[in-house]
Amino acid sequence: MHVSAGVSVVWAVTKDRKVWFRRGVNSHNPGGTSWIEMVGEMTMVNVGLNDQVWGIGAEERAVYFRQGVTPSELSGKTWKAIVAGRESDRSHTGSSSSLLSAGCFFGDEVKGNSESAPSDTDTTSEAERSGPEHSAPQEPLDSSRDHKDNSALGPETEGTAECILENTCPDVEGKEAAQASVTSEHPNLASAPAELPWTNIDLKEPRKVPSHSAAGFAETVGLSSLGLFPLGLDEPFGADDHPLWAWVSGGGCAVEAGSALKWFTVQSGLSPSVQTLSLSISPAQTAAWRKQIFQQLTERTKRELENFRHYEQAVEQSVWVKTGTLQWWCDWKPHKWVDVRVALEQFTGHDGARDSILFVYYIVHEEKKYFHVFLNEVTVLVPVLNEAKHSFALYTAERTRQRWPVRLAAATEQDMNDWLALLSLSCCESRKIHGRPSPQAIWSVTCKGDIFVSEPSSDLEAQDHLLPCDQMFWRQMGGHLRMVEANSRGVVWGIGYDHTAWVYTGGYGGGCFQGLASSTSNIYTQSDVKSICIYENQRWNPVTGYTSRGLPTDRYMWSDATGLQECTKASTKPPSLQWTWVSDWYVDFSVPGGTDQEGWQYASDFPASYHGYKTMKDFVRRRCWARKCKLVTNGPWLEVAPIALGDVSIIPESPESTDGDGRSHNIALWAVSDKGDVLCRLGVSELNPVGSSWLHIGTDQPFASVSIGACYQVWAVARDGSAFYRGSVSPSQPAGDCWYHIPSPPKQRLVQVSVGQTSVYALDENGNLWYRAGVTPSYPQGSSWEHVSNNVRKVSVGPLDQVWVIANKVQGTHGLSRGTVCRRTGVQPREPKGQGWDYGIGGGWDHISIRANATRASRNVSQEQKVPGPVSC
Amino acid sequence: MTDDKDVLRDVWFGRIPTCFTLYQDEITEREAEPYYLLLPRVSYLTLVTDKVKKHFQKVMRQEDISEMWFEYEGTPLKWHYPIGLLFDLLASSSALPWNIIVHFKSFPEKDLLHCPSKDAIEAHFMSCIKEADALKHKSQVINEMQKKDHKQLWMGLQNDRFDQFWAINRKLMEYPAEENGFRYIPFRIYQTTTERPFIQKLFRPVAVDGQLQTLGDLLREVCPSAVAPEDGEKKNQVMIHGIEPMLETPLQWLSEHLSYPDNFLHISVIPQPTD
Repeated sequence: MHVSAGVSVVWAVTKDRKVWFRRGVNSHNPGGTSWIEMVGEMTMVNVGLNDQVWGIGAEERAVYFRQGVTPSELSGKTWKAIVAGRESDRSHTGSSSSLLSAGCFFGDEVKGNSESAPSDTDTTSEAERSGPEHSAPQEPLDSSRDHKDNSALGPETEGTAECILENTCPDVEGKEAAQASVTSEHPNLASAPAELPWTNIDLKEPRKVPSHSAAGFAETVGLSSLGLFPLGLDEPFGADDHPLWAWVSGGGCAVEAGSALKWFTVQSGLSPSVQTLSLSISPAQTAAWRKQIFQQLTERTKRELENFRHYEQAVEQSVWVKTGTLQWWCDWKPHKWVDVRVALEQFTGHDGARDSILFVYYIVHEEKKYFHVFLNEVTVLVPVLNEAKHSFALYTAERTRQRWPVRLAAATEQDMNDWLALLSLSCCESRKIHGRPSPQAIWSVTCKGDIFVSEPSSDLEAQDHLLPCDQMFWRQMGGHLRMVEANSRGVVWGIGYDHTAWVYTGGYGGGCFQGLASSTSNIYTQSDVKSICIYENQRWNPVTGYTSRGLPTDRYMWSDATGLQECTKASTKPPSLQWTWVSDWYVDFSVPGGTDQEGWQYASDFPASYHGYKTMKDFVRRRCWARKCKLVTNGPWLEVAPIALGDVSIIPESPESTDGDGRSHNIALWAVSDKGDVLCRLGVSELNPVGSSWLHIGTDQPFASVSIGACYQVWAVARDGSAFYRGSVSPSQPAGDCWYHIPSPPKQRLVQVSVGQTSVYALDENGNLWYRAGVTPSYPQGSSWEHVSNNVRKVSVGPLDQVWVIANKVQGTHGLSRGTVCRRTGVQPREPKGQGWDYGIGGGWDHISIRANATRASRNVSQEQKVPGPVSC
Repeated sequence: MTDDKDVLRDVWFGRIPTCFTLYQDEITEREAEPYYLLLPRVSYLTLVTDKVKKHFQKVMRQEDISEMWFEYEGTPLKWHYPIGLLFDLLASSSALPWNIIVHFKSFPEKDLLHCPSKDAIEAHFMSCIKEADALKHKSQVINEMQKKDHKQLWMGLQNDRFDQFWAINRKLMEYPAEENGFRYIPFRIYQTTTERPFIQKLFRPVAVDGQLQTLGDLLREVCPSAVAPEDGEKKNQVMIHGIEPMLETPLQWLSEHLSYPDNFLHISVIPQPTD
């Protein structure tokens, strides 16, 4: 249909819009050697100067540029859409990292609202004041009665219109979009839904003014307070002005190979279709000669080594030592940083694998002493949040149980990164872990935003003799995220503190891991922004009014949210040395509870619940000051522009379901935008993990959390704390048909939901974990919430219905940890709620996704099949 | 997905299973058992055969022992060629393990250099690296390095320590961002069919028109007999580290990834096996 030739390349487009690259074209052999089919569909391609390639996408008709075309890799790496317009300043809705509130330990009792003692008669709790929506039947934990309640509610038909955000193919989706309308998401939950035209679709909904009703919105998942900064709210968001390109010529544009182009940054004023182009992350190493070298090397190793492994190695193992000076947080009281000499001794085994020992030499009472750590026993090396020191912690299984890691600090960031990279590489080598994580890998994120990944062993989810999860080995990936979600086909998405969505590129390393510890390609720059909040506190004085002179027993007049720590504008630093301030202090008017004109919130006394207006009973007031800071790093992540997200969930898949045709269908991915819109991503596959476009799912209020189970059960949690089930979601109907309202557990507001194979778990704002009972194929909404545990901060249910959480608090023999990875033990088809907890790595962990791990000991598969779960796929 | 870094690792950890047999005419006190070893492809014979020497000396009388040397099918093996090169050039078509005959007498003075100690190997290895850097960077990188960096390169090779070696060697593989590669590619092309030990010429990785040169371009220019004519039958194998890279492979990439530790691309051109 179309052909374009360059100096050493020929590109062609066939009638079926497939793109072909002619390999081996040069002056000696102008005919080339063979055609290679490239990823992506185009209506035309054009080869410009330096063999750079331009094209018009077949479906969305956007202009694409072939990125990564170099003389050594003439076929390039990936199609990138070119975006015109001004630099976007997306709303950097930040968050305060203040969720280290003291929760109680795991227990069976339902944990009440955190600001007041849990009691059945507590009518002042926020949960009950949050508007009419909350007067939904408060069901007792009685399943028969509950069943009636739920069925009485029935499907909600309002607010279920869904629209394809892509308006570029008028013949197909355009009509649908034009006819569709959505229910507005008015901040006042009690108000009647109003119909709005499609073009005002509420991805950028009118911002909630700080008002009384704001109290009704639950804090969203995890650490972040969503959508609290009034930035970027009035960006135009028209859906209909994206031009459909027909022709492009790059002949007049010289692009040097390898030069950085700024055409791909998505800008604010763009139509959604351009922003949601399908940028496939093709494997970067596409050149045939390269593949052939990899393949031949593998064959060579097989040929020359396979039958001869019993031969002796010619070179004996030897010892190599790296020494240096670090500081160590000493084990005895008073704990303090002491200078130590460290030495890493490495021994090479016969197969090139290595083992290492880290020696730490210290002096106590003028006596030289040392301790040592075998690196093959190290389970994780984790950078520690410290505003003054470049420090990291080293855990072994035993130290995880004790909750007392080896804490080390380096003089400079470079020094710490060198040690971290070297120690991490040594740990990986002694465990023979190398390269990109497997698709089944378990991902987690610390409160510092560092990303960790662990390869699941088959006995991790075994019925008996299971691997204690404190023995799991975690290694760090470059990048910075607030949360990460994975599925077993290798699709991994993350969300930053600034709500930017990121997709995993298949690389490894980045961040502090440079050189050999990092992949050559697929590493990109990543940045994140968050807000640090401090509080100005004042007390009423009958003479002078509100003053900054409190009672002697009062909290600091400048403090953190709890009032326990003094935080002044001058003394407050960014959370770690990686962050730098990018704004000045400003009053935050969008705090929950509302404020007056000057940003003050009033209360009768500290600590109490605050409101945004002064009454006669109010003797204290506070206001929140925020300041933004920014971090720049790199890692195997690419931005998924332009919609900022609050939550994301990818369908978990068991190995059985991916057999045969299973691999061909798209991977279901649902998300909640930072504005509370529910979205469904289309076109996500292993080869194109970023997908192609967002499908908007109408709701009549903002949502906070969403999760899709292995059988396409979509559950979500609204900001008012109630749950919803989405009916009729299937591969052929990816958006489903309507929402079914599911009341929250009595007096609790849900904040997160996670759906595995059949199990549905939800988490409320007080850290209670709830299991949805009575879920059957004919009644997927289930009948009632059953309490499982308290002390939970985050939950992740996997494709084997395994349940993992981040626990609020875990006590070890030496110390206490907040934010600990825990696995539910004894989870079986007949006992989906499990029995107890197994404690893993922590503290300081914020998020875990075990949704990619469908690996189980093989004999259990047969057991599992004999006892089918309540829902059969 | 495989990363380019894995190529470095695969190249470094290449091993040739070898069976050392004592030459039949050597005088022994009792029968000498063959000795089996995995030889690192990137190292040198005399650097990795201490164990072989010890093994055979056990069955020999002290007065019968002089400098040890090796032979394969009648050809004395040059210790100053990397092991992988010797194998590719002489033995790649034969069955594994590689059968090497060990001699302690009749040193073939005209075929082999003496190797009195490991220092001789180090001197040879370092001079190769320096020559390679002279070609790549006008010796700028190697001259800027400290003595301990040079030592680390050598110790890395001697102790088979990939990281130790590559921590320094990485710098030798860098080139200015404004250029597309090294000044000249350090390479040597070996053929068994000629008397000449090897071909070495000045060859740039980037052509005058800015085009990256490929392995095919190099061969066509400096060793045209190695490449089959357009429609002709393939008569030769072009082998590096036991593999045959495609002729389209950019030379610069090959130099960065498939060079031996001495920083040279040692390319064997061997007749296509007939079977």
